[in-house]
Amino acid sequence: MPQEQTEEYLEAIYDIAGLGGKAKTTEIAKKLHNAPASVTEVLQRMDRDGLVKYEPYQGASLTKKGENIVTRIKRKHRILEVFLDKVLHLPKNHIHDQACKMEHVITDETEQALCKTLGVPTECPHGSPIPPCNIDVDNCNECISKDISDKEKRKQKIVSITTLKPGEKGKVEFIRGGKNVVQRLCDLGLTNGTSVSLIREAPLKGPIEVCVRGCKIVIGRGIADKIFIQLEEN
Amino acid sequence: MEKPDLTIALAGNANVGKSVIFNQLTGLGQIIGNWPGKTVEKAEGILVHHDKKIRVIDLPGIYSLSTYSQEELVSREYIALGNPDVVVNVVDATALERNLFFTLQLIEMQTHLVLAVNLVDIAKKKGININYELLSDILGVPVVQTTATKGIGVHEIVDESLKIANQKTISTKPRIMYGSEIEKRIEKLEEALKQTNIDYPSRWTAIKLLEEDIEIIKTVEQKTPDVVNLAKTFSEEIEQIHKEPCSTVIASERYATAAKIVKEIETHEQPQKPSWGERLDALSMHSIGGYVVLFFIMLGILGFISLFGGWLSETLQIYFEQLRPQLTGFWPDLAWNGGVVGFYASLGVALGFILPFYIILGVLEDSGYLPKVAYLMDRPCHTMGLHGKACMPLLVAFGCNVPACAGCRILENNRDRYIALILSTLIPCSARTVVILGLVGAYVGIGWAVGLYIFDFILIFLIGRLLNKIIPGTSVGIIMEMPSYRTPSSKVILKQAWVRFKPFVLTAIPLIVIGSIIVEAMRLTGLLSIVSDFLSPITVVWLGLPAFTGFLFIFGILRKEAALVLLATAAGTTDIGQVMSPLQMIIFALVIMIYIPCIATIAAIIKEAGWKRAMYITIFEITLALLIGGISFRVLDVFI
Repeated sequence: MPQEQTEEYLEAIYDIAGLGGKAKTTEIAKKLHNAPASVTEVLQRMDRDGLVKYEPYQGASLTKKGENIVTRIKRKHRILEVFLDKVLHLPKNHIHDQACKMEHVITDETEQALCKTLGVPTECPHGSPIPPCNIDVDNCNECISKDISDKEKRKQKIVSITTLKPGEKGKVEFIRGGKNVVQRLCDLGLTNGTSVSLIREAPLKGPIEVCVRGCKIVIGRGIADKIFIQLEEN
Repeated sequence: MEKPDLTIALAGNANVGKSVIFNQLTGLGQIIGNWPGKTVEKAEGILVHHDKKIRVIDLPGIYSLSTYSQEELVSREYIALGNPDVVVNVVDATALERNLFFTLQLIEMQTHLVLAVNLVDIAKKKGININYELLSDILGVPVVQTTATKGIGVHEIVDESLKIANQKTISTKPRIMYGSEIEKRIEKLEEALKQTNIDYPSRWTAIKLLEEDIEIIKTVEQKTPDVVNLAKTFSEEIEQIHKEPCSTVIASERYATAAKIVKEIETHEQPQKPSWGERLDALSMHSIGGYVVLFFIMLGILGFISLFGGWLSETLQIYFEQLRPQLTGFWPDLAWNGGVVGFYASLGVALGFILPFYIILGVLEDSGYLPKVAYLMDRPCHTMGLHGKACMPLLVAFGCNVPACAGCRILENNRDRYIALILSTLIPCSARTVVILGLVGAYVGIGWAVGLYIFDFILIFLIGRLLNKIIPGTSVGIIMEMPSYRTPSSKVILKQAWVRFKPFVLTAIPLIVIGSIIVEAMRLTGLLSIVSDFLSPITVVWLGLPAFTGFLFIFGILRKEAALVLLATAAGTTDIGQVMSPLQMIIFALVIMIYIPCIATIAAIIKEAGWKRAMYITIFEITLALLIGGISFRVLDVFI
């Protein structure tokens, strides 16, 4: 199966159900403009490859392996969107489709170069957060100021705190954002390495409530999207 | 005021019970004033303890001396430069780690410090055991255990404060030692600072310079720009070493120290079962249940206040009208219709609508419910370019727009404050509720009154969206501590309600009485009809109202409920149904609801946002009200 097709399927499942959710075959078929029968076939194959977990009549959900691929693709997609918008000034309604095609062909090297050139963008022109890269650097400045070609890939998975489910916890890895906001979060106890758990989230992408150092703090979605953590197993 | 023997400032995180301690210590004679030059409120009171007169100041909640909001800046400036004799740091026994983060900064600032560990009872219930003596030893400051809601330990705070104030010297031994790469640089900066005269303690100034604190840099820059440049180089070096900004490195180290202290002094018994507070959280913050609860609470408040206020106003009217003397003529009419009617009508509004609202607001505040509202409403607020905290002033606005304007200060940036300010002035305050319920609710039907409310909410929402589009910038987003539910203290609530209510009694009631005497005098002399005729192109032709309402719109600027109170006077009858049609009543209430902020609110806007913006808001709202009023008159005419 061509890599591009696999990636399109993974993205479709991610867009429909998010990380951990289940996407129905009919929904995937509709999104990709395919016949449900052929979608089922592809999903079964992807299940064999360990990319998704497919249950007949239930739908497909992403495995860890599938999640990793989709996060990388989303990163490339959104960085490309920034490039098409900010540098090439393409019309806003064209950039998504164009990025959809380009995301499958650019190499990691190109992605890193784009990220640097664009000044480490944190969100795409439509406002979705760009997932962090998987190079083992402490912060973006290190990447910009030094040659990092010999740096190893990160071992652990880094995700935004908003991808947690209630009850899950992780350790703060880094926070993107303006100096004031980062400082305030630090002052409230969210310093790097601190353990933090998600208590609940308000509906329709509302704010989240987290527990940090025994205190409960409510953080708006826009800010919380930029708090990245390393997942901790319970 | 006579010079006090001692000044104590209460400082600490928000929601730790500072205000409870303040209210336990001081009597009713507290002063709510503004900090000079700053739009932040301060509460001040006097306490007599063992023949000593002690001034107590309640500072706004603060999490860190690296300030985020204007309120925090005021707290810091007062602690650093206001020369309080003693700073009492109130901390939450159930969240010591976060609270000690601030305590450590106060110690760095070398203040005369007393630590009041509050909520000791709740900590015990949660199975948290604290070694208070060891805490006192480690920090080098006296520690008092308090349960402020019951008044336990409150007077020991004063005893300890008196003791510590008499000490000449404070230990300057640093309680946190940062990593050597930071300490070395602090030392060098301290050395450099020695040659100049800075009002702040030198070690603290050096640390703040490394943290690149804007306010401190400004202060030091005026005296020695070299030191600022040196500090800048240093913090860049530290950033190079740690790969993160120097200020967050320092914050991390402070937290590490706080965590270490807590580990030494705290032991936990058995993992806690979910308390009733957590179960209430689960309901009141539930994705669906939370909104249902919020809806019924709001409905209950509005329903209760309108029923109670209506009943009280009517009872007062019946009682006073029994006393009406059987005299007619210019002077008796002036005295009774002007003075007495004005008095009991305003008394009804004050005791029936405004006081109950402040008491209920106090319950919502003290129980910790308001932050839940902010959490629930954050997402909807974003469509209006605000974040959840804006709900708090907007909720207050239902009682009175004036404290709501001041309440907008809790928002972090200028743009949010401006939008919230405009929207607050459109919220139907209790005075407008009086007009809507007293006129439309009573004569046309409750359905139409509710309809007016809903119309107003839609209008507010649309204006919010519009402002979000036209005012540049975006809301910073909410970052807020979520306090646990607490049983509110009736003493504190009643006292707070009284402090808020007092200005209304003292200024509004006399104003309404004088106003209604003037209206009555103008009616009796025929002047009223001249003014009303002058305004009739607007009132009669455009809005379709009786001519006598023109004058009321002018008077409504003073106080909106006065428009209803004086309506009877201006119309010459108490049975409004005879002189106005249902449609006219609806239009009248609609225009009163929107047309202009009352004079007290305009004054509050001027204070918060300046003359220019107050003028814009006023002109905008008059235009809007006339436009909506005229169109509604023509549209509703078809239906009624």
